[in-house]
Amino acid sequence: MDGGEPFMGHRACAGCGGALAVRIALKALGRRAVAVLPAGCMSAVGFNFPQLCFSNNAIISTFAGTASMMTGIAAGLRARGERDFKVVGFAGDGGTADIGIQALSGAIDRGDDMIYICYDNEGYMNTGTQRSSLTPYGARTTTTPAAGGARGNRLEKKNMLEIVAAHGIPYAATASVGYLRDYARKVEKAAAIEGPSYIQVLAPCPTGWGADPSETIDLAREAVDCGLWPLAEFEGGRLSLGAEPRDPSLLRAHLARQARFAHLTDGDLRRIEEGRDRRLDRMRGRAAKEEC
Amino acid sequence: MDVVWIGRGGQGAFTAAKVLGAAYSMREGGGYALAFPSFGPERRGAPVRAFTKLSEKPVSNRCEVSRGDYAVYLDETLFPGGSAAGAPIVSSREAVEGAIAIDARGIGEGIFGSPIVNTAMLGALARVWGGVSLDDVCEGIERVMAERHWERNKEAAGAAYDAAGDSL
Amino acid sequence: MREGLRARGHIHGGGEVTRAFVSGNEALALGVRLAAPKVVCAYPITPQTTVVERLSEMVADGSLNAEFIYAESEHSAMSCAIGASAAGARAFTATSSQGLLYMAECLPYAAGGRFPIVMMNANRSVALPWNIYGDQRDSISQLDCGWIQAYAQDAQEALDLALMSYRIAERPDVSTPFMINLDGFSLTHACEAVDVPSPEQARGFLPPYEPEDAMDFGRPRNMGFSAGPEHNAFFKYREHLGILRARDAAAEAEEEFGRAFGRRYTGLVEEYMCGDADFVLITLGSVAGACRDAADRMRGEGVRAGVLRIRYMRPFPSAEIAEAVSGAEAVAVLEKDVSFGGTGTVFANVNSALYSAGARIPSSNYIGGLGGAPVSEGDACEIFRRMASGATGVRFIGMGGA
Repeated sequence: MDGGEPFMGHRACAGCGGALAVRIALKALGRRAVAVLPAGCMSAVGFNFPQLCFSNNAIISTFAGTASMMTGIAAGLRARGERDFKVVGFAGDGGTADIGIQALSGAIDRGDDMIYICYDNEGYMNTGTQRSSLTPYGARTTTTPAAGGARGNRLEKKNMLEIVAAHGIPYAATASVGYLRDYARKVEKAAAIEGPSYIQVLAPCPTGWGADPSETIDLAREAVDCGLWPLAEFEGGRLSLGAEPRDPSLLRAHLARQARFAHLTDGDLRRIEEGRDRRLDRMRGRAAKEEC
Repeated sequence: MDVVWIGRGGQGAFTAAKVLGAAYSMREGGGYALAFPSFGPERRGAPVRAFTKLSEKPVSNRCEVSRGDYAVYLDETLFPGGSAAGAPIVSSREAVEGAIAIDARGIGEGIFGSPIVNTAMLGALARVWGGVSLDDVCEGIERVMAERHWERNKEAAGAAYDAAGDSL
Repeated sequence: MREGLRARGHIHGGGEVTRAFVSGNEALALGVRLAAPKVVCAYPITPQTTVVERLSEMVADGSLNAEFIYAESEHSAMSCAIGASAAGARAFTATSSQGLLYMAECLPYAAGGRFPIVMMNANRSVALPWNIYGDQRDSISQLDCGWIQAYAQDAQEALDLALMSYRIAERPDVSTPFMINLDGFSLTHACEAVDVPSPEQARGFLPPYEPEDAMDFGRPRNMGFSAGPEHNAFFKYREHLGILRARDAAAEAEEEFGRAFGRRYTGLVEEYMCGDADFVLITLGSVAGACRDAADRMRGEGVRAGVLRIRYMRPFPSAEIAEAVSGAEAVAVLEKDVSFGGTGTVFANVNSALYSAGARIPSSNYIGGLGGAPVSEGDACEIFRRMASGATGVRFIGMGGA
């Protein structure tokens, strides 16, 4: 871990999970990492001229072009004779799973040497909490309201990890800012790989989720502990899962701490529990099969 | 000096247009040339046109010409008789009224083993027009075509050059 | 390497110059190879494709020492070029039409970041209706994005612009991306002989790109940042001044180019018999040749005709145009684009230039060549005749007035 502070003086909300994800990754990667951030919370809070908050080389990319700009930077640095560096992207869930998915797919397909980190706060938080394709079922956002007869987001969260893994990427993982050592270890693992790697880190947004800023870490831990956010790694196409969920019964309490789920009916909660169980079963099955 | 090449897609009309342009403009003290196809959807077998514009001065007018000094028909079925797009030279085994006929198919079949006619018709044009020599045409072939095609195309151009001389 | 690109040498002007009989696209690719970009990223689109094909062959056979990146879209191609340029590498891409519009978001991005990327655009019509042929509505629609825009008229100029563009774009006080426009098909796919400088000559003219403000591990930089209302105008003003300096940079590059290669260019515009002309036809791109033939013909009929070819649409040659037509009775603008509901965009720019210079010359506008429709010498003669008869207003060639 780099002892210096790579990301400071920024204007992120108190308790921002995304800012923590960026800071810890850059500490793990050191000063020869080049940070690339598209439109989103972290670029909005970190790059306000003249208050520029990265100790590393860093750039705001086009919104849809995070991964392709990473490709260009890596090629440009190689052309200038630089070796032993890593280009790391930090894109939100919308920047990754919606508008940036084409560029991400292209870069993985090309086998470009990069670490792509999706800090997943489950919505377009920078623009005031709108639904993205990584917003979970049931969550209230400003575009999936819970008022009148409406009960929040009726669509399931896109399975971005497996979409990425299906490209045959050398390394893809989920992580959580609730388990920072695990996250940092995965960033370091990704750094050691020549080629593309992808880490989707759960980064709670107290502002958008309707929670107290002091609860960020707890929320990020609970999501793992109750099985909603399984820690998983694809290495060379093989899936391995982290520890079994500590206490699946935590789920309802976990959701109850977040105002975005306050409106859910018992039926909604059952659906979320069943969805979690199905997802975990499927992943366990796949992980077991690949162990044989 | 404008040449209109008329053929069917796949017959190499544009290649012939390019070879003529290169033959004229790439020799020592050569003039200027512009070679281009008629732009449109091209399908194998459909009628296509190509153009070569040659001049002592730079060719800056890039428009198609509806009527050139010569019109070279790579396929006799496309020859319209009296309304030809220039003094006509036609690929045909038989004599063609109002046109110079060259048995380019026969030449092609003899040399390539298939009815390739474009460089043969260029050889014939070179002889009929006289503005480029057979050597220029061979140089143009080397400039435009892949090396493995040089020998037989030069041979085809030469055979048609001779045949056209007989018919003059 | 494609056969057409194989060139044979002869000695000229103290260096090994070769001649090749190639299409406009191939000539441009030869020029790009001489400019030696380190990163080439592109997505194929008709009629740009042969540029991309030739460059990928050059990278494959080692004659161009660059990384060729298979972008999965034009938006990514430009994002990638921006990244390479931010890292301090010379970058090239090429596109056309829908592709240019698809990457449009990235164009002001590259300009605002002052990244001196060079992009070739094969001018092509814009859907709907679908059409792959040449008009200039694609690039003209992007005049305001902060890029230098040049329009070649033949293959030699395309090749030469590939070299000159980097020198102009990379001059530190310019630092502005450069779009080289070639008319789709009529220039991109027409073949003619070009002189190709040797790599040594090209290196003498265009040294390697070594920017001082690129990413640097010794002195890390935060780039592509936000600037709020209190700072934004500062950056935008500097950007405007930078592209304006391209006028001087082009003059300097052309002067040096003439010395090195013996070919002379004339800055942002090129005059043809404008000095004593009563009627000047202003146009751009490869249709200028037909217009010059028309001027010759009109002179034969006793009409003092001239042609002013705009070589650069940005920076716009306002002073040059006003000066060139100062003695004319009337001017007309022939262009392959239209700003629907307005006039031709070039016409609007020309009128502004004339008005600002105090010139009160009757002007008229001819929209032609849309979707690849041919514009002939005869069409240009008709424009001269209409000018002489005092016609003004906007007219679609072959259609009617508007």
